Amino acid sequence: MDFTLTLIALVVCLGLCWRFLGSYLVAVFEGRVRYLRVIERPIYRLLRTDPDAEQTWQRYAVSLVMFSGVTVLVTYLFLVTQGHLPFNPLHLGNVTPALAFNTAVSFLTNTDWQNYGGETTMSYFSQLMGLEFHQFLSAAVGLGAAIAVIRGLANRGKPTIGNFWVDTVRGTLYVLVPVSFVLGVIFVAQGAIETFAGPVHVHNALTGVSQTIARGPFAFMESIKQFGTNGGGSLNANSAHPFENPTGLTNFLSIVALLAIPVALTYVFGRMVGRLREGVAVLLAMAILFGAWTGIAAFAEHQSNPAVARGGVVTQVQGNPEGKEVRFGESSSALFGVSSTMTSTGSADSAYDSFTPMGGFALMTGMMLGEVSPGGVGSGMYTILLFAIIAVFIGGLMIGRTPEYLGKKIQAREVKLAGIGVLVMPLTVLILTAIAVSIQQGRVGVGNAGPHGFSEILYAFTSQANNNGSAFGGLTGNSPFYNITGGIAMLIGRFGVLIPALALAGSLAAKPVVPAGLGTFRTDNTMFVGLLLGVILIVGGLTFFPALALGPIVEQLSHGRFW
Amino acid sequence: MRTAFFRSVTLTIIMLVMVGVVYPLAGWAVSEVAFHHQADGSLTANGSTLIGQPWNNGTSINPMWFNGRPDADDPLVVNGVAGESGAANLGPRSKVLAQKVSALVAEWRAVGVTPTPDLVTSSGSGLDPDISPLDAEVQIPMISHSRGLSPAVLRHLIKEQTHGAQLGFLGSPYVNVLALNEALAALAK
Repeated sequence: MDFTLTLIALVVCLGLCWRFLGSYLVAVFEGRVRYLRVIERPIYRLLRTDPDAEQTWQRYAVSLVMFSGVTVLVTYLFLVTQGHLPFNPLHLGNVTPALAFNTAVSFLTNTDWQNYGGETTMSYFSQLMGLEFHQFLSAAVGLGAAIAVIRGLANRGKPTIGNFWVDTVRGTLYVLVPVSFVLGVIFVAQGAIETFAGPVHVHNALTGVSQTIARGPFAFMESIKQFGTNGGGSLNANSAHPFENPTGLTNFLSIVALLAIPVALTYVFGRMVGRLREGVAVLLAMAILFGAWTGIAAFAEHQSNPAVARGGVVTQVQGNPEGKEVRFGESSSALFGVSSTMTSTGSADSAYDSFTPMGGFALMTGMMLGEVSPGGVGSGMYTILLFAIIAVFIGGLMIGRTPEYLGKKIQAREVKLAGIGVLVMPLTVLILTAIAVSIQQGRVGVGNAGPHGFSEILYAFTSQANNNGSAFGGLTGNSPFYNITGGIAMLIGRFGVLIPALALAGSLAAKPVVPAGLGTFRTDNTMFVGLLLGVILIVGGLTFFPALALGPIVEQLSHGRFW
Repeated sequence: MRTAFFRSVTLTIIMLVMVGVVYPLAGWAVSEVAFHHQADGSLTANGSTLIGQPWNNGTSINPMWFNGRPDADDPLVVNGVAGESGAANLGPRSKVLAQKVSALVAEWRAVGVTPTPDLVTSSGSGLDPDISPLDAEVQIPMISHSRGLSPAVLRHLIKEQTHGAQLGFLGSPYVNVLALNEALAALAK
């Protein structure tokens, strides 16, 4: 009953985000919101850019890649020299080069995969200037790229797709900073921690036990971690840690925050292409996948844990409490897990490695579908648009005419670009998983035996190539092998999709709009939603089923019964 | 290319100042002024109400207190530097997990408690400060025996300390172990 109310509240909150955050985003990126122009104008002056001058897709992409290169280098340098930098109360040493590479790339690409525990590795300086910095910027860049792709699809009569610098500045200034700040205040009020005072030593007079508690300026990093679909926590336990996610309310707000922008972007899409129904169709496809996966995970986590049953616990209470916090419970933990994996966030309020095999299956496949339901900030939108291009292409093949999407002819070049964007992720995941299980350096990392160990490796590369960042935490990833292969997977997963998407936007922006006729395949009705879902499920299913069969599916079957 | 490089460097510096320095400092200032207690870690005389702690001094179950959930892997936060938070990450078919659970079940049985699943599994953070009301109730016979308090008194105590789901539906009902034990200590005086 409580969970039903939680779901209803979630739908209501997301509905409001869709409508109001959506129209706010449109206004921000059309330049109609200007209340911060005192800050904004000087920034453009310093950048020597004209905010009204738009870029071609090539220039947009070059700016994006250059900015990414500079920021990732700065973060890498911060990490490898943190021992000499200030705000380091624990006197933590420099981060090793391989780990620093992995971490810098991870936060750059909005992945936030972490091969380290925050409290024992990162100084406050590294957390704020190195990592939280990227949590804002990677989200702003993703958001801007999605808007740029939408501009390409919208009929604006110009071959340009926007200005990278303006998009990034506006996304950060008007969207990410204000919302994260308000959210951060709520988190602190609920008990999240925000202090520069360093760890504290406490003594319990009742039992005589002393403990040292790690602390830091984490609440305001927590809010952008969720709202920017980043997922990299300041503490090792991530959102399971009471200092990051203290109550049922913060847990719920986290779920809303990480779904907010990806959901709202479907409104932005509908508005900017001039037909809201187009956006609703995309949202519907996302919502159907999300709902189904939430159902699977919540049901699976209410099955009892076989290891607990074998230990001789007889109880009336059904559920899998291993790795979950009492204040959240099984259902909310499952909902959090699905939200976090399907939005490319990757934060965790429970141990995903300890989910039942089918619960883990839901999390893993949520990513394998390409992070489109609703996907990360920006990345979800531009990735599902690639799938939409494939869907209209297949629709066009069925009726035997050149496909169109939103009045723009989809020709060989567009289909090729969409194909690259859709297939680069599965290829990366499967090849790297195959390498990891074939060599000693890959196999030593696993923390659980048998098929579960295979799942840990498969999950790791799926997560990194999808820029998700959640993990089956039993895997020990801090080795040169996993740091470097993981870093490569994250770079391919980000730029291998982003650049084809921008190229597609550029090529569509240059095309004139063909007026819709009788034979036009409509993309705003349930038929199209079904086709789009079919494409997403078939691409994901065909590529990953064999691998899944070796991991979670065989593990679930070895219970002796499926449920 | 050169323009893009120049702009990248400039924007990096601007953003480092804006979101790396100004944003967290502003957040910190607001927190210190408005929510000092929470921002510092919800500390009380006997530890933080948000951070679980062992009630057994690192050995076996202490029958004098309500015990919280077992720590994930090691005595992370006892008598030393703060270690890493985090879960045990053992899968549901893990033999190690089954052995750990069996050992904990035996420990609980030895002090006359029929444990619930929460009491023999570790949490997501390894620092779970709470137990469910049922997890507390099953410990009543143990405490009643060791302290000579009537079960009815203890049941009442648990009821007093139970927090419902937030706003009536968010999360699960829970009892904070530190608060419960402080109330127990007050009762025993």
